[in-house]
Amino acid sequence: MKRLMNLRPSKQSLFFLGLLPFVLVALLYLGASEVRLAANPDDKLLPSMSSFAEAIDRMALTPSKRTGEYLFVEDTVSSLERLGLGVLISAVLALLMGIPLGFIPFVRAGLSPFVAAFSMVPPMAILPILFIIFGMGELAKVALIVIGVTPLIVRDLQQRVMEIPVEQLIKAQTLGGTSWSIVLRVVLPQIFPRLLDAVRLTMGTAWIFLISAEAISATEGLGYRIFLVRRYLSMDVILPYVAWITFLAFLFDYLLKRFTYKVFPWYDAGKEQS
Amino acid sequence: MKSIFKSTSKLLVAATLVMGFGASSLMAEVKDKFQVSWTIYVGWMPWDYAQQKGIIDKWAKKYGIEIEMVQVNDYIESINQYTAGKFDGCLMTNMDALTIPAAGGVDSTAVIMGDYSNGNDGILLKNKKNLTDIKGQTVNLVELSVSHYLLARALETVGMSEKDVKVLNTSDADMVAAWGTKDVTAMTTWNPQLSEIMAGNKDANLVFDSSKTPGEIIDMLVINTETLKDNPKLAKALTGAWFEVMALMKKGDEAALTFMAQASGTDLAGYKSQLDSTMMFYTPSDLLAFTTSAEIPATMKKVSEFSFEHGILGEGAPDAEFIGMAFPGGKTFGDPKNIKLRFDDTFVKMAAEGKL
Repeated sequence: MKRLMNLRPSKQSLFFLGLLPFVLVALLYLGASEVRLAANPDDKLLPSMSSFAEAIDRMALTPSKRTGEYLFVEDTVSSLERLGLGVLISAVLALLMGIPLGFIPFVRAGLSPFVAAFSMVPPMAILPILFIIFGMGELAKVALIVIGVTPLIVRDLQQRVMEIPVEQLIKAQTLGGTSWSIVLRVVLPQIFPRLLDAVRLTMGTAWIFLISAEAISATEGLGYRIFLVRRYLSMDVILPYVAWITFLAFLFDYLLKRFTYKVFPWYDAGKEQS
Repeated sequence: MKSIFKSTSKLLVAATLVMGFGASSLMAEVKDKFQVSWTIYVGWMPWDYAQQKGIIDKWAKKYGIEIEMVQVNDYIESINQYTAGKFDGCLMTNMDALTIPAAGGVDSTAVIMGDYSNGNDGILLKNKKNLTDIKGQTVNLVELSVSHYLLARALETVGMSEKDVKVLNTSDADMVAAWGTKDVTAMTTWNPQLSEIMAGNKDANLVFDSSKTPGEIIDMLVINTETLKDNPKLAKALTGAWFEVMALMKKGDEAALTFMAQASGTDLAGYKSQLDSTMMFYTPSDLLAFTTSAEIPATMKKVSEFSFEHGILGEGAPDAEFIGMAFPGGKTFGDPKNIKLRFDDTFVKMAAEGKL
């Protein structure tokens, strides 16, 4: 009997089906935009495609009158710097904390409840304290990302370390491994792709904290620009920026995935391809 | 496959129609239910009082309509919602009325200019006493807001321009915390944050405030012009309710003032001190004199030029006169074919003559 669950789309229909939702959303937008623009040609809420083209031309392809730089490039570079630094620091911190937490029962007993509780503190709620400690500059923005993201990765890594089969660890000990050498030779190689996975999953959170940080105080950045022009409802700038952020996020996710599978080919063995 | 296409195309049409309804509220029609959005600010608390104490309802009933004052937490969001057609009226400053709804093609009319900032907005320097010391400093402020405008006007008075300082966009909600950090040395902000910072920090010196540029930052009730044209009752009811509360405030009615103080999160003393730096027009005749004065067109010209220089008059604005404005007495500024912001004295005049 033919079951729905066993039908596989062909290459062509795979492409078509993947594209369909995008096309539908675009059509929906165009229709709604047309209706609003017919009522008020200056409507800013759902701008036409030509206003997007103009906005993109102005932001990305024309040097700014004030500084002579390309605003879009400037915004992207400074946001990516903050995001990259924040995520990198979070990943390193998480590795340094997650492995001992998962591997050494005494460390776990002492720190695990604290990390669990700390990860529940909403960073946005303690912003004024973060300002006083880290100032209003770049440090505060990176710190907000680190504080928001690190506990999530730490907790994930701790779980993954604890999931390593006991048999493996016993085997390594019978072969004469010390705690330190087992961390280096058994735990770390298995944990590393999981760290990358955790980073991929927290990337969305990292973007949220980046945008929030830039909304609070900044002179450039993707989030800064969106919050600045939001004041006068310039959706013609906001929507392309959102699309760009989405694309960047998607790209990082994809690159990290490819990197993980390339470096750790055993990691995806037996997984369903998506 | 075909049926999928059919049903999705149906869905598409339906969704487009639904989204289009947002636009239909922009179209004129005679109706009897209205919504006006407001946000917490010293000069707008009387609206809340009028709503809570049934004064709005009383006046609305007199004209056979219903009016709801909707509190929105975020000031800019409230204006954006109005611009998008969600509300029939909204409370905003003169500059925001020009750069948000008017620049967005929504023809708006300022019906009541309730007050102007007379010290409610100010520039603070840390450990420095003169405005000229601001040279070369980084100034924290809400970019492209009236604070930004005030800074530009202040710099003008001492022969400097924005090039002499660096502007750092900072959220208004975070100003008080920001002042406590060591890299913040200069700030432009408004009440209640302004007085909060000055009360709690000895190093904060007020070097310039809006009392030195009187009448330039005006807080007003703005109504969609199309809606107003078809429903003058709305403006009549609101104007009537407004001056009823103004009369109470003029008498110094402690109960009313305490109510407003609590609703804005302060106490009677705090609210009174904020009122001291707000020039309220308590009587219709005072407001009529201000509305019809020659200052308004002159101020709006300055605001329009500032907005154009900062690129907030919208795209395709070739100069500061791109958006036309109409003033009482048939005066206009800018493009008479593109009038999007109107200052109207009709209803204040009716109030002054006791005809409401």
